[in-house]
Amino acid sequence: MRYRTLLYPLLLVGLSLVLLGCRASDTAASTNEPNQPTGQTIQNKGSDTLVNIALAWAERYREIRPDVSIAVTGGGSGTGIASLINGTVDIANASRAMKDSEIEEARANGIEPIEFVVAIDALAVIVHPDNPVSQLTLPQLADIFTGRITNWQEVGGWDAPIVIVSRETNSGTHVYFLEEVVRLGDSKNEDIFAPQTLLMPSSVGITSELGRNVNAIGYDGLGYVTEHEKVLAIAVDAAAPYVLPTVATAADGSYPLSRDLYMYTAGEPTGEIAAYLAWIHTPEGQAIVASLGFVPLPEE
Amino acid sequence: MSSTPSPIRSRPPRGEALIEWLIRLSGFSAVLIILLIFIFLVREGFPAFVETPVSNLLGRRWYPIENLFGLLPLLVGSFLVTVGAVFIAVPLGLVTAIYLGEFAPRWQREILKPLIEVLAGIPSIVLGFLGWVVLAPLIQRAGASTGLTAFTGSIILGYMALPTIISITEDALYAVPEEYRDGALAIGATHWQTIWRVVLPAARSGIVIAIMLGIGRAIGETMAVMLVTGNAANIPDFGASMFFQPVRTMTATIAAEMGEVAKGSLHYSTLFGIGIVLFLITFVINSLATWLVGGTPRRSKQQL
Repeated sequence: MRYRTLLYPLLLVGLSLVLLGCRASDTAASTNEPNQPTGQTIQNKGSDTLVNIALAWAERYREIRPDVSIAVTGGGSGTGIASLINGTVDIANASRAMKDSEIEEARANGIEPIEFVVAIDALAVIVHPDNPVSQLTLPQLADIFTGRITNWQEVGGWDAPIVIVSRETNSGTHVYFLEEVVRLGDSKNEDIFAPQTLLMPSSVGITSELGRNVNAIGYDGLGYVTEHEKVLAIAVDAAAPYVLPTVATAADGSYPLSRDLYMYTAGEPTGEIAAYLAWIHTPEGQAIVASLGFVPLPEE
Repeated sequence: MSSTPSPIRSRPPRGEALIEWLIRLSGFSAVLIILLIFIFLVREGFPAFVETPVSNLLGRRWYPIENLFGLLPLLVGSFLVTVGAVFIAVPLGLVTAIYLGEFAPRWQREILKPLIEVLAGIPSIVLGFLGWVVLAPLIQRAGASTGLTAFTGSIILGYMALPTIISITEDALYAVPEEYRDGALAIGATHWQTIWRVVLPAARSGIVIAIMLGIGRAIGETMAVMLVTGNAANIPDFGASMFFQPVRTMTATIAAEMGEVAKGSLHYSTLFGIGIVLFLITFVINSLATWLVGGTPRRSKQQL
């Protein structure tokens, strides 16, 4: 009985202490805040392929210019471009160029989209280092990844089944590979990956399977490739030259599986937006591109 | 209950009534929470069954970015992995429990039981990682085209279900009264006959619950399975070799795709639809267990 009479007051005291603690931390947080809203906020939205680079840029830029905050969201290139047309973002990220119809839509809204190439994305097709195959054409790759070719013998390798390794379907890389390789860039083609395709939740999953399975073939961003995998030379077709992906061949476009990554602004950028885009094109901004496994822009 | 005043306690303590009320509330809360979860699942997942044609849902391809929502490969994947796990874990678990309960000397039991309970505490992701780094290369070397197969998942899941099966079976064996064993031995039965004909039947309800809880653990496990089964939404050709091919389970599909799906899209509701299917499967397994045991479990003394 004595304990219980003690219990309730103790509970009350405890509860009020907790509440006080919350209040105290609230006020502490709000005193720090006035730093934030004084500066400008740049809204940046779009491509999921670009979102990691955009986030890394925004984080690094915040250290240099604490008064400018950059809000980065993904959602896909189409989402970003649509927001730009509607005038709700300052910079749209896109892993493809704007379509003519989109540019017209923007102009109809009184917005002139300005294009900036900010980085280059190259996909390397990789196999186990012991695999004798060292080069493939795009049609051969399409046949392999759709499951029409299932044995390495058919593309000049040994007599063994091909194990296909891919990123998960929600990855931008997966979609790019689907469109450019599996469907050979033909928008009417409705081929999809073979059902036996191993879908890896991460780049590490791909490199680990390729590192131990001599019959595996996969793809990944050039920057993610390690010395434990062999990179294949790719040709557009049997008559064309086979090209290995390097920073140089990706930048000059001779490697077929490379693409520019874009940022679009509504009209010629001014003020903080222009300063940010200029910083992205500096060696410091481009170093971040390289560190995330993408290809930096060639220096002018 | 405390409303009827007893002669000894003329004043029913108010605190006791409060505690009683709290206990009753927590008893009902389990039902309430399950109901709320189900309502939530149905609300989020129902559009999938209305807006997607049945022929699509019953299709053989799961490729959500092209709106191919065939659930068949995922069902087959979960089924193969779970069946494999059951075939590994049930015999091993029962034999271990019988050894622990009926044969092992006291000192061995005192070492082994806590160790088995430690096994239950290993986080599933750690086992998954082991499976990915150690087990998968072994299975590949044994002749599979890749080490990431349904069987790899089965071994990891079987291992995960083992402690549950062993502990509960052992408890069930322990609950069988000593008089049964004494009686059987007294009428001339051997040790083995006593276990097989008397102890195991007496403990059967506990054993069934052990197996069902083990299966429940296997079918709901996600992260470990995602690491080792290869996640290929493929329906392997029927035969023994189907266990040695990559599969994609329902749980791994939800985990892998939920992070990036647009809220309210068809893909989103289909993932919740998979959740409904999983919920129903677990419900059926539990009902089956209750039915097999024969209503609410009774004390083993009344069972023979």
